[in-house]
Amino acid sequence: MSSLVVESPGLLTTVQDLGRPGFGPLGISPSGAADPVALRLGNLLVGNDPGTPALEMTLLGGTFSFPRGALIALTGADLGASIDGCTAEMWMPQEIQPGARLVLGPTRNFARAYLAVAGGIQVPAFLGSASTHLLSGLGGFEGRALRKGDVLTLGSPATKLSNRRISESVLLTLRPRKVLRVTDGPQIDRFSEDAKRAFFRDTFRVSEESDRTGLRLGGPALESDLPGEMITEGVPLGAIQITPSGQPIILFVEQQTTGGYPKIANVIGVDLHRLGQLRPRVDIRFERISLTVARSLWIEQERLLHSPKQLFA
Amino acid sequence: MRFCAASDRALLVYLGEEIDLATHQRVLKLLRLLEKAPPPWLRNIQPAFTSLMITFDPAQVDHAEVESLLRQYEQRVCVKGNSQPHYVEIPVCYDGEFGPDLDDVAAIHGLQPAEVIRLHCSATYHAYFLGFAPGFAYLGDVPETIATPRLETPRKRVPVGSVAIAGKQTAVYPFATPGGWRLIGRTPVALFRSDRKVMSLISMGDQIRFRSISREEFQTMEVR
Repeated sequence: MSSLVVESPGLLTTVQDLGRPGFGPLGISPSGAADPVALRLGNLLVGNDPGTPALEMTLLGGTFSFPRGALIALTGADLGASIDGCTAEMWMPQEIQPGARLVLGPTRNFARAYLAVAGGIQVPAFLGSASTHLLSGLGGFEGRALRKGDVLTLGSPATKLSNRRISESVLLTLRPRKVLRVTDGPQIDRFSEDAKRAFFRDTFRVSEESDRTGLRLGGPALESDLPGEMITEGVPLGAIQITPSGQPIILFVEQQTTGGYPKIANVIGVDLHRLGQLRPRVDIRFERISLTVARSLWIEQERLLHSPKQLFA
Repeated sequence: MRFCAASDRALLVYLGEEIDLATHQRVLKLLRLLEKAPPPWLRNIQPAFTSLMITFDPAQVDHAEVESLLRQYEQRVCVKGNSQPHYVEIPVCYDGEFGPDLDDVAAIHGLQPAEVIRLHCSATYHAYFLGFAPGFAYLGDVPETIATPRLETPRKRVPVGSVAIAGKQTAVYPFATPGGWRLIGRTPVALFRSDRKVMSLISMGDQIRFRSISREEFQTMEVR
């Protein structure tokens, strides 16, 4: 059987797919790729279904070998990949010869890169998904980040090598942003006019303490005007909650499913994958838009992601 | 029913404004109705004390359409169910390092630690919902005399199995996660196991009691 051997894992490399939505009643957040768009495109490039399990690397990539060779695609952040010393192109399929080594390094631009392999990474599904939930040690490869020496089984490839690549204009449309678009959060009215103004005007810095559970932001403290504690309620992916000290936290893919902090805003659907590409120490801003606009942007983006004619150059 | 958009793909529906059993019954009823016949656009349901957060596919429906569909359930959620509650007993060792905040909780209320343990074990708790982390059940209500606000600064890592109090709620941490609740003991039993048919020991609506055990019993029972 084909396999992928982890010679060095990089900073934080996990098996991810599009997550396991629908288990809120058990308190389980969906997890899944931090940048699901990059994961989907990588899979399409190697002839997989878009939600096939792949590797997610964070800030610093690893070294991998493929004893029987493989067809791969690298998407997301540029980790300066090379195959046996030759530069590996991103956003297009790459053939790896048996025994060749794929080496990735520190990021040159964004936070997360995806390594999709024709046939996919095979791990037992947990609640219908291969995605790793690090906090609870569930799903993925033994519920944890990959380590040196791990050997992952690969599925059988569905198609032969194709020369397709993702078109430049699509990459431009889907590129990461530092101005994240948001809709109003359920408790926005509990913040003072000053706090709201500051939130939509000021710059916030992504903290080093950010991870797959949430992005912690530094910046002006935002005061909420809550009469006592709020009753704990469900919190969506991309919710921007304000802690008692006034700092925003953007809840992310391995988020807690419920929370009791007031939420001032929520990142819109088409910008959720962009959250996965924000590095620590990057400065971001928020732009307020309506639910109607957010929804039409989503429908437009999904149409693009389902249109091979537009996606591939 | 009161509605509020939570995100461009999520709608909060509130079935009451206070934490009480009547509101809980309505939340549980609406959850069961939606689970029984899930609409094709439904992606997730997150129940909580007084609300459900409904996540939907925005390519299929918008907030107004989800709201009008949920309104059709309004009469039915008020009908009282008569299902038999399921009882769960959880053994807890309240000894030493297992309950690092036990002495503080006792001191805040001017009680002896043994009295806090007695009171914590005296009540039958209702599982309002599971949230926060897999298998984490919000249990209530804690006797007024030991209800204690959460810590000012949350712990970065709470040991797995920790039994804790926050306000009028009590809970068991199924995983080692960050947490701001006050830790008064620890259970040797697994709250969540992915290799079990019913993964979570506690389900929404269950009745929970805690039983005090010795350190020796804890060690014999501990299987993870």
